[in-house]
Amino acid sequence: MTGTPLLEVEDLKLDLDIGSGRVAAAEGVSFRIDRGETFGLVGESGCGKSITALALIGLLRHPLSIGGGVIRFDGKEIQHLSAARQRDLRGNRIAMIFQEPMTALNPVSPVGRQIAEMFVLHKGKSWREANRLAVEALASVRVPAPERRVKDYPHQLSGGMRQRVMIAIALACGPDLLIADEPTTALDVTVQAEIIELMRNLCAERGTAILMISHDLGLVANVCRRVAVMYAGRIVEERGSADIFRAPSHPYTQGLVASLPRLGSRAALGRGRLQEIAGVVPAITNFPEGCRFNPRCAQATEICRTVAPGTDLLEAGGLVRCHHHA
Amino acid sequence: MHEPQNGPAEERPDDDLILSVRDLAVHFPLGGGLLGGGKRVLRAVDGVDLSLRRGECLGLVGESGSGKSTVALSILGLLAPTRGRIMVDGQVVTNRQSGDRKALARTVQIVFQDPYASLNPRQTVRRTLEDPLRVHGVTAKSEIEDRVATMLRHVGLRPEQADRYPHEFSGGQRQRIGIARALILNPKIVICDEPVSALDVSIRAQIINLLLELKDTLGLSYIMISHDLGVVEHMSDRVAVMYLGRIVENGDWREIFERPAHPYTRALIAAIPDPLHHAPLATTGGDLPNPLNPPDGCAFSPRCRYAEAVCRREPGPVLETRPDGHAVRCWRSEEIAGQEASVSV
Repeated sequence: MTGTPLLEVEDLKLDLDIGSGRVAAAEGVSFRIDRGETFGLVGESGCGKSITALALIGLLRHPLSIGGGVIRFDGKEIQHLSAARQRDLRGNRIAMIFQEPMTALNPVSPVGRQIAEMFVLHKGKSWREANRLAVEALASVRVPAPERRVKDYPHQLSGGMRQRVMIAIALACGPDLLIADEPTTALDVTVQAEIIELMRNLCAERGTAILMISHDLGLVANVCRRVAVMYAGRIVEERGSADIFRAPSHPYTQGLVASLPRLGSRAALGRGRLQEIAGVVPAITNFPEGCRFNPRCAQATEICRTVAPGTDLLEAGGLVRCHHHA
Repeated sequence: MHEPQNGPAEERPDDDLILSVRDLAVHFPLGGGLLGGGKRVLRAVDGVDLSLRRGECLGLVGESGSGKSTVALSILGLLAPTRGRIMVDGQVVTNRQSGDRKALARTVQIVFQDPYASLNPRQTVRRTLEDPLRVHGVTAKSEIEDRVATMLRHVGLRPEQADRYPHEFSGGQRQRIGIARALILNPKIVICDEPVSALDVSIRAQIINLLLELKDTLGLSYIMISHDLGVVEHMSDRVAVMYLGRIVENGDWREIFERPAHPYTRALIAAIPDPLHHAPLATTGGDLPNPLNPPDGCAFSPRCRYAEAVCRREPGPVLETRPDGHAVRCWRSEEIAGQEASVSV
C-alpha cells in the first residue's frame, strides 16, 4: 500500500449560479481521508457539507459547479473527469448513501434488481450471477429472509430496512470510500444505532473509508476518528473526534457543544439556561465579511469583521480558522 | 406524601391536575381486505393513562408509530377517542357537544414541529395572531393590537415585525411565531410536538430557553413530545415512555434517565451515541412491530434481550406504580434491576 491518502481535497470552491452572477457556496475547503479512515463533516443546513460530498462523487448539477481547487482520489485528480469516467468511479470506488432511502431508491423496481444492477453495470456480471450476488449482499446487511426480500419493492420495507438496502447497493462493488450523507436522520434512535453499527462493522471488515456528513455533532464524534466542522461554506475547525467535544477551539464549535442539552448533563450540572448562539445562520448570498461567524461571535474584534482568518495548526493536533482561537 | 395519579384507578378530582387522561384508546378501523377478509383495526393508542400537574412539563417519548402524536391530537380534541376519558382543568372534554370545541381551544394549544409548514405563507404574522382572537370573541381593535404586540414581545420578536410574512423570517423566528400563535389565547396547556427538531442546531437552544421561560412567566403546563432524549431530559419534570400505543414507563425525569426500569427505556437511552467515546452503539433487535399485528404477550418481547417465556405468553403486564410514583409495565423489571445491581457491585 502506498502512502498517498485515499482522498485529498485542496482549496475546493463551489459556485452557486444565482442568475445575476455567481457566489461561492463553499470555499477553501481542504481535508484528507486515509484508507479505511472514518472522517466526519458537520454543520448546519446551508453550510456546504452536502454539496462538498456531491462534488466528490461528481453529482454537482446546475446551478452548482466546481469553481476551483483539486479533488484527488487515490492520487489522481478527479474534478474534471468526463461523465463516463466519473460514472465508472462512482459506485465502483466511491459510493454514497443518502438521508431518505425512499427517495433514493427506485420505487418501481424490486430492491434485488437495484442491487444486482451494480454487479451488471460495474462488474460485467450476467444478470443470473448478479441476482445471486444480490441475495448475498442483502444477507450481508442482515436483512432477514434475503431470498424472499429481493423481490420486495421499496414501499414494502420499513425505513431501517430501506437504509440497509441502500448500504447493500453502496457496498456492492467494494468501494474504497463510502459517503454517508445524514444516513440516519430520518430514522428512530434505536434503528439509527443498528444502521450505524452495520455501516461501521461492514466498512471496518472491508477496509472501506467513511465520509460521514451530519448536523449531529454527537453522532459524528462517536462514529468518526476525525471531524471537520463547517460554517457558512468554510471548514472552521478540524480535530480528533474526542478533542472536538472535550476542548473545542473555534467559538462556533464551542457554542454548538455548549448549547446542546446532552443526556446526563442536567443530572450532573442542574438545569441552567442553555448557552445560546445568538443570531441566525447567514444566507449563502449574504455571507459576512471577514470571519463569517463574527456577527454571532462573542469574542469578535475589529480584525474579525474585516479579515478572513487563515488556518492555524493547533498544538494539541488539528486545525482551526479563527483569529482568537483557544 | 406519595404521588398517585399514575395508576389506572379512578381517583377523585384533584385541583393540582390540569390534565388527566384515563384509559384512552384510539382505534382506526381499516375495513376488510380486498377479497373480503375480516375487518382490521389499528390500535394506535390502547389504554393510555397520563396526568399533568399545573406548571409541570411532561416529556412523552417513543419511536415513530408509538402513538405519541395520536395522544396529542386526542387531547386537543382533534381526534375522537374510541374509549377513555380526558379531563382538562376539571372538565371532561371527551363526549362533548361541538360548542365546547372553542373552550378546549382556549385551554389546550399546540406548537408544531415544522415552522415552515405550519404557518400560512399568505398571511402576515398579525393576521395569524389576530384570527384566533376574533374567532374567540375579542373584537375591540385596541385590545387585539395590544395582545398581538405583547405576545410578540413575549416570544422575542418586535411588534413592528407583525406586518411581515412568514418567508421574511428565519426558521428560529418562524418557530417563535408558531409559539406566539399557540399562546395568543392564553392557554393553560401547550403540547410541544418536536418543537426544535426542524431547526438549525445553533438555533435550538434559543427556542428551548424561550419555551422554559414562557412556562414560568405565563404559568403554563407542557406536554413535550420529542425523540431527542437530551432535550426531553433538559425540559421535563416527568417522562412517559410509549411503545406501540401504550405507556411502558412513567416517572420523575431523574428516575427515568438514571434508573430506567423498562428494557425499552434502557434501549432508547443506550442507543444515544456518546460523543466522547468511540464506542459501539447498543442495538435493539428489529423494528417496531406492525401495529396491525402486534405480538402476543408484551409488545416489546420480540426485541427485548431480557424476554422469557412469560413475556411472550402472557398478555402485556399492567402498568404498576411503585410507591415513589415510578410506574413500569414489565414482567421482569424487578429481576432485571436486581441482576444489574449484583453485576455492578
